[in-house]
Amino acid sequence: MQVHRPYTLHDALALMAATPTPTPIAGGTDLLVSWHHKPKEKLALLDLSQLGGELAAMRLTADTLELGALTTYWDVIASPEVSRAFPLLAEAARQVGAMQIQTRGTWAGNIGNGSPAADGVPVLMAYDATVVLQSTRGRREVQLDGYYTGYKKTVRLPDELIVAIQIPRRTRKAEWFEKVGARAAQTITKVGVAVVNDEKGWRVVANSVAPYVCRCRNLESALQKGQKFKSPEEIRDILKNDIAPINDMRSTAAYRETVLSRVLFYRLADKA
Amino acid sequence: MDKFDLSLTLNGKSETRRVALDARLLDVLRYDFGSPGTKEGCGEGECGACCVLLDGVLVNSCLVPAFQAAGRRIETVESTPPDLLQTLNATGTSQCGACTPGVVMSIRWLLQHPEIAESVGLRAFMSGNLCRCTGYDGIIAGLEQALQSNAKKAET
Amino acid sequence: MPAGADLPRIDGLDKLAGRAAYVDDLPTPGAWHGATVRSSVPRGKIRDIHFDPAFDWNDITIVDHRDIPGPNQLKLIDVDQPVLAAGEVRHKHEPILLLAHPSVHKLRDALRAIRVDVEPLPAILDPAAPLTPDLIQYKSDNVLKHIDIRQGDPGPVFARAAHIIEGEYVTGSQEHVYLETQGMLAQWQDGRLTVRGSMQCPYYVLDALTHLFGRSRDAFRVIQSPVGGGFGGKEEYPSLLAIHAALLAEKSGAPVKMIYDRQEDMAVTTKRHPSRTRHRTALDKDGRLLAMEIDVLLDGGAYVTLSPVVLSRGCIHAAGPYFCENIHIRGEARLTNSPPYGAFRGFGAPQTIFAIERHMDVIAARIGIDPVELRRRNLVRTGQPLATGQIYKEPTDLPALMDRALDLAQYKARTQSHAEFNKSHPFLRRGIGFATFHHGAGFTGGGETYLASEVWIEGKPDGTVELQTAQTDMGQGTTTILTQVVAERLGIPTEQVRVATPDTSRVPNSGPTVASRTAMVVGKLIEQACDDLLHQLGRKSGDPEISDDIRRHASLPGKSLVGRAKYQKPASIQWDDKTYRGDAYATYSWATYVADVEVDLRTCRVRVTDFVALQEVGRVLNTTLATGQIAGGVVQGIGWALYENVVLEDGAMKNCQMTNYVIPSAGDLPPIRVVFEERPSHWGPGGAKGIGELPMDGPAPAIVNAISRAVTTTINEIPVTPELLLKATEGRGHG
Repeated sequence: MQVHRPYTLHDALALMAATPTPTPIAGGTDLLVSWHHKPKEKLALLDLSQLGGELAAMRLTADTLELGALTTYWDVIASPEVSRAFPLLAEAARQVGAMQIQTRGTWAGNIGNGSPAADGVPVLMAYDATVVLQSTRGRREVQLDGYYTGYKKTVRLPDELIVAIQIPRRTRKAEWFEKVGARAAQTITKVGVAVVNDEKGWRVVANSVAPYVCRCRNLESALQKGQKFKSPEEIRDILKNDIAPINDMRSTAAYRETVLSRVLFYRLADKA
Repeated sequence: MDKFDLSLTLNGKSETRRVALDARLLDVLRYDFGSPGTKEGCGEGECGACCVLLDGVLVNSCLVPAFQAAGRRIETVESTPPDLLQTLNATGTSQCGACTPGVVMSIRWLLQHPEIAESVGLRAFMSGNLCRCTGYDGIIAGLEQALQSNAKKAET
Repeated sequence: MPAGADLPRIDGLDKLAGRAAYVDDLPTPGAWHGATVRSSVPRGKIRDIHFDPAFDWNDITIVDHRDIPGPNQLKLIDVDQPVLAAGEVRHKHEPILLLAHPSVHKLRDALRAIRVDVEPLPAILDPAAPLTPDLIQYKSDNVLKHIDIRQGDPGPVFARAAHIIEGEYVTGSQEHVYLETQGMLAQWQDGRLTVRGSMQCPYYVLDALTHLFGRSRDAFRVIQSPVGGGFGGKEEYPSLLAIHAALLAEKSGAPVKMIYDRQEDMAVTTKRHPSRTRHRTALDKDGRLLAMEIDVLLDGGAYVTLSPVVLSRGCIHAAGPYFCENIHIRGEARLTNSPPYGAFRGFGAPQTIFAIERHMDVIAARIGIDPVELRRRNLVRTGQPLATGQIYKEPTDLPALMDRALDLAQYKARTQSHAEFNKSHPFLRRGIGFATFHHGAGFTGGGETYLASEVWIEGKPDGTVELQTAQTDMGQGTTTILTQVVAERLGIPTEQVRVATPDTSRVPNSGPTVASRTAMVVGKLIEQACDDLLHQLGRKSGDPEISDDIRRHASLPGKSLVGRAKYQKPASIQWDDKTYRGDAYATYSWATYVADVEVDLRTCRVRVTDFVALQEVGRVLNTTLATGQIAGGVVQGIGWALYENVVLEDGAMKNCQMTNYVIPSAGDLPPIRVVFEERPSHWGPGGAKGIGELPMDGPAPAIVNAISRAVTTTINEIPVTPELLLKATEGRGHG
């Protein structure tokens, strides 16, 4: 196992271009899980924790929130301004694991890890976030919606680092988030959903119901057309083309599909 | 496995040990720095038995790579003030004692940031520390008692 | 401080400060780490064990079944279980080889460099599956134990019954999740193979070592370290782990530590027996029980272990605290190719009590009678027999106990307000339910007589006394309450009482720390040992200023001052192990638990919103500790009822991480309202009875009764996961 501990982004990007390609580590809340069961012979870690500066910063301007790659869930929870401007971020942050995880886990890490159950990603995607990737070759911005291409597969190239997440500030008519897990807190999501209706329209983002966190585009367009639903089953029929839930040891496909449509039904009846 | 010299401040004392590169903070506290009070319950950041304060912030030490602790301040259960121990013992906060070190560290963090209790509630706050003995009532009672004693101290 | 006052936990400050040294905390210079190579299939023949030639095996200690000095048998009730598989494996994760090395890194590499080739054999993974000859692995029928309890003659009664109600009730397995995983340290010390570790029963470990090594008891020393939770999980399994560590220590010559990590612990150690119980009940038109036929089936796993006695306790409790003249209870524990199931708080009773208490509600609904009234008409009263013919002679009026619990829970008012709420809310449903039950304290039947437990109390020249028993404190508070018992009996301050560490080289065999027996059975013996000590001083209990006498007497040259007591069966207890008739337990604790729940029909998640646990447990020795025991047990019961789902693959636990096996967190629970009704019992010290297991029995039926009412659907299976509840309520057009 190798460990690189750069002090500057410049050095970090240079190291990302090395072979073997290093795995970036920030809070470690995904990577260190069951650590001693993981083979490490070929592992090279790039520790981002000393970069600070730009990567640690959270900037709220008139039209954008920028989360540096080292921003933790706790940073958002502890910032009244950010929590007010983007309430779902704080709400989702409070439901990632428990306090001990929220103080370490980063939003960028949640995106980078690519878990279909990621709790931070649905709200970011519902807020129409952009991922800022950087390498020695330059910097580019990618819509978070479009970042994933398959189970734990993303458009990030091996030498690129997530350096920031940008979220546009818009006027929102509706926004809510619901996480369904096996217990009240400290739980992996069985099904979760974030919904935002802003000047650009509806975005419905679900997790744990597909190989990656995804938008439910058929449902969005139904909502866009102003469709009203008479039963959860109506929503479920539309969702069938949006999601592909599976059976695993945490839940069943039927449960995920049914619960997602029920949660949406009652929430939409309430707030839409 | 490669090793490196890890220097950190443990419970107020600067110390250095040669440790494995792939060690977690939990491992080095227990087996290298002679501080086995911190326990491993699950090894995956779920149970909170391994909670410590890292630069004053509550973390699960099983999810912190040891190299990230270099140069930082660590507080563990071993540095808990005696009056807090007395309070918690009277309320039945500990039974078997295995989750206890993590519970104590969470309580210590909350005592430093009582505003968290107001925003999330005590039970939600404690949900990162899984306990199999108490049913949590003894833990919540201890936390309430400790918060009260703290508030009294702040008044006087 | 006398008993009854809240002496703070004696071991509490050390635990809170992180000073208590559990087995993995002991500094052991030069200790090696041990690891286990296991079967990857549920059943098969070991064809070959392949060691990667590229790996340097020179400094690795390897132990297989040929290194066992005596019989390759784990001595428990039977001797059918090998400690290391020899030729054949009977369950996934069965131990085959043991490895030890000073470096944990090299040990992990070594584990990856070994491949065991096993030729699979047909496995049986469901105890109810039809048997073919190739599946038979124990006696002629895979039945590990059969039990029949008969009272009267139920058969003919069904013909004249006003109602016949049948039901089938299923309970899942449960993992203990003691927060400290299993661990043992074995080493040669002073010419003896010495084993320290996390265990409930040092003398079980000693017996198992003696048998396997074929040596005398003096060749071993077993010492209990602080135990980070047991719940039955450290009753029998530690014997196996101790043997493994001892074999590696003997072969390597070094101290060897074997500490399971959470995944290994969950995957390979014992769990609660899954069960299926069938009831067929005859009642008269007023809802009086006329006859009960009860079939209990336990999945025992691959070896006998403790299944016979788990089945026994389960069957004895299967008819509940009710009077019925005609009863036939049939129980079977059958072999499957799962890792052996074992002791878990309640020991079979939670399974059968779930069945009977659900069944009572099913009966009530079917014959249209209030479930409170149904129980009131059938709860056992003075002079009436329980299922084994044991006559009820206790001071507690069970219907009154039930009423008090229901009042505390505002049962009537809430039943009404819930009905209104359920009519008006789009997707939340509330329900209240309860269970009335009992739990026998101490070993079943003739068990205590067989154990013949012994305790000593030694006076010291400084006027203090040392209590010497094999009773272990795994968090339940043994050290503290036994200190109180001694202090009260001798009339000395608790500070002058020390409790010896359970160490087989210096404490007598006072029996295992299981079966809710420590406070009551051992506590009573301690009173007798105190009396013996007082007698030697020419004093009696209640006399003042005993300490001076102890000091004087213990200081006499060449004299020792030791009070002793040994269990002797009270003449009033009669039990026949062949017919299963008589006094199954000296006494019982009695309880009614009431659960209030809220079901979210969108997610099918159930939240327990209030819980009342009322029990009569004799006299409460220490209110804080007793309350903690009950609250913890209730929450473990809530976990079993709602959250804890052991997912099996090839018969073994697949979700063996705390992330995927979900125990309740603080945020899931209401405060548990623990209430004691104190009626001192002459069976225990100062009037105390057993309480450790009781709280595991009531939560599941109370909760499922509440859910069934909330969603007006009959649920007869636990855990009631949201997925199960969704299936059960689907197609009912909730909203």
